[in-house]
Amino acid sequence: MKQGTTIIIELTVNNHPGVMSHITGLFSRRAYNLEGILCSSLTNERTHSTVYLLVGWDNRLEQILKQLDKLYDVLSVSVREQCGEQDITTIICF
Amino acid sequence: MKYNGAQIIITLLEQYGIDTIAGIPGGTNLPLYDALYGSTIRHILARHEQGAGFIAQGMARSTGKPAVCFATSGPGATNILTALADAKLDSVPIIIITGQVPLGMIGTDAFQEVDTIGMSLPVTKHNFLIRSAGELFTAIPEAFRIATSGRPGPVLIDVPKDIQLQEHTFGAWPALSSPAGCAPPDTNAINRFAELLATAQRPLLLAGGGCIHADAAESLRALSGKNSIPVATTLMGLGSIPHDAPLYLGMIGMHGMASTNRLAHRCDLLIAAGTRFDDRAIGTASGFCPEATIVHIDIDPAEFGKIKQPALAVAADCNEALEALLPLVSENDRHEWREEIASAQGNERHHSPRPAASGIHPAEIIRAIGSLAEPDAIITTDVGQHQMWVAQHYPFRTPRTLLTSGGLGTMGFGLPAAIGAALACPEREVICFTGDGSLLMNIQELATLADHGCTIKIVLLNNRRLGLVHQQQEFFYNSNFIASRFVTETDFAAIAKGFGISAGTLTCGSDFTSALMEFMTIPGPSLLAIDLIGDHHVLPMVPPGSANHTMIGAYE
Repeated sequence: MKQGTTIIIELTVNNHPGVMSHITGLFSRRAYNLEGILCSSLTNERTHSTVYLLVGWDNRLEQILKQLDKLYDVLSVSVREQCGEQDITTIICF
Repeated sequence: MKYNGAQIIITLLEQYGIDTIAGIPGGTNLPLYDALYGSTIRHILARHEQGAGFIAQGMARSTGKPAVCFATSGPGATNILTALADAKLDSVPIIIITGQVPLGMIGTDAFQEVDTIGMSLPVTKHNFLIRSAGELFTAIPEAFRIATSGRPGPVLIDVPKDIQLQEHTFGAWPALSSPAGCAPPDTNAINRFAELLATAQRPLLLAGGGCIHADAAESLRALSGKNSIPVATTLMGLGSIPHDAPLYLGMIGMHGMASTNRLAHRCDLLIAAGTRFDDRAIGTASGFCPEATIVHIDIDPAEFGKIKQPALAVAADCNEALEALLPLVSENDRHEWREEIASAQGNERHHSPRPAASGIHPAEIIRAIGSLAEPDAIITTDVGQHQMWVAQHYPFRTPRTLLTSGGLGTMGFGLPAAIGAALACPEREVICFTGDGSLLMNIQELATLADHGCTIKIVLLNNRRLGLVHQQQEFFYNSNFIASRFVTETDFAAIAKGFGISAGTLTCGSDFTSALMEFMTIPGPSLLAIDLIGDHHVLPMVPPGSANHTMIGAYE
């Protein structure tokens, strides 16, 4: 991965108030810009939600992924690399 | 059974073996205090919530067990935040229970309402807002599990007043949680570790606070002895190996030993055990151990590559990793490396800078107290020059004997932390080294100390200034001294006496040895204010932003 690449971070999280603050706080304290946020509770699932974060590649990405993984309410972290507009549109339509 | 939220909290805390809680009551946590009335738990009434937070830290840091503190909403919560941030940076397991305005009033700018969850979010390991009394059945056990699992840290539970009063009917108490075990060190990683060590010519072990949390003292000493590996410590690692152990190098970093910083620069294998490569410990990251292959052992995998990229990362409890490594390591004399170490240490002893100022050097006072104190005495410090002198000169022998604010560097930490340590370890000697700037930041806790009469000896090194700030202004800001000297001379002995604490003043030039001997035998709390004369610097000093081998005031 390199500068200029856009990445989607996909998180499965507990669905209750305050979760997004924990997540966005990790970015804002590092002045790491979030280009887009999309979240939705999973189909037929009231306890969990999925969060998609659209970010530019940065050398702090690895550290932030580890910190996301440590959050109590974050159950899983995965990364979609080299995504194009197509992927984002697909996610928005899901 | 039918209990209200407050009664559930207190009962669960009792079940977790909590016997002491520090805190201050207020409007929104009064139900909690009402439930505490009649409980077996002893309450320590601090005089400021930050003091309560540091008392809890003193209990947790001295025992390694989680400690609890209470604060009310609004100013109670904001006051305790500093103690939370401090616990987060030094990985201390404390649980903070704050009162909050009733659930329905949240968001209305109610009296003493602040967004405690929002404010504590970046300075806690996790936090919970409780929305029904029943949630306490999971939140309290989870708080204990989170605070004590893996890398320890602070957890805050914000409980609205109406939830404290809400009744909850239930059949049985929840099962008590225990810390989540951490995975054993990976066998391949340990094998690779042993290979790296076998081929290294100049290995160096750097022990950090993780070695204290993991009780790795024995395995550190065994590994160092078996394979002739010198051990340096960070500030947080002091006590993980006795000061007089063979091949102990002393503290590394900005105010570390010059020989230690230079040997680190020379080492070809750095074993970083339970340390997070703090900038005060390593200077500029690129200039630290430039010749070394790095093996990083840490229970928190997020530390790998955060500052320095390790060649080998071992995600494990430090003690378990070192114990697993030990049988794979052969005895090794490392004659040449030991010669180089001995020569560097000898040069440093020979050329240690003499104090330019007249009178007693603070280091002499610290060493004298070190020789008079019990070997397992608990030492707390505040932050500044005295803290660095204690780190450099006090003869630490065992883990958890130095309680100091390492990561956050919070002035005002020392006195309340000493109170917490004395409450948790009443059979131990507790000494608080402080400075006049630091003591004034939480001096109200002298009242708490007087309440409980703990035998704490407060050694105040009084230079009538913010010494470390003054030193930096002298070195790096053309001696433009601004806002670092106090105008008024404070009579600290009179203040302590005003709180009902025995106190005396020692002026430089007087026979300090006999005065210290007398001071050390006083039962109950006592304060000795020592007037320092002239300028004393903490040396050597790595200028901020420089590599560790560039030091001011080091031997040539």
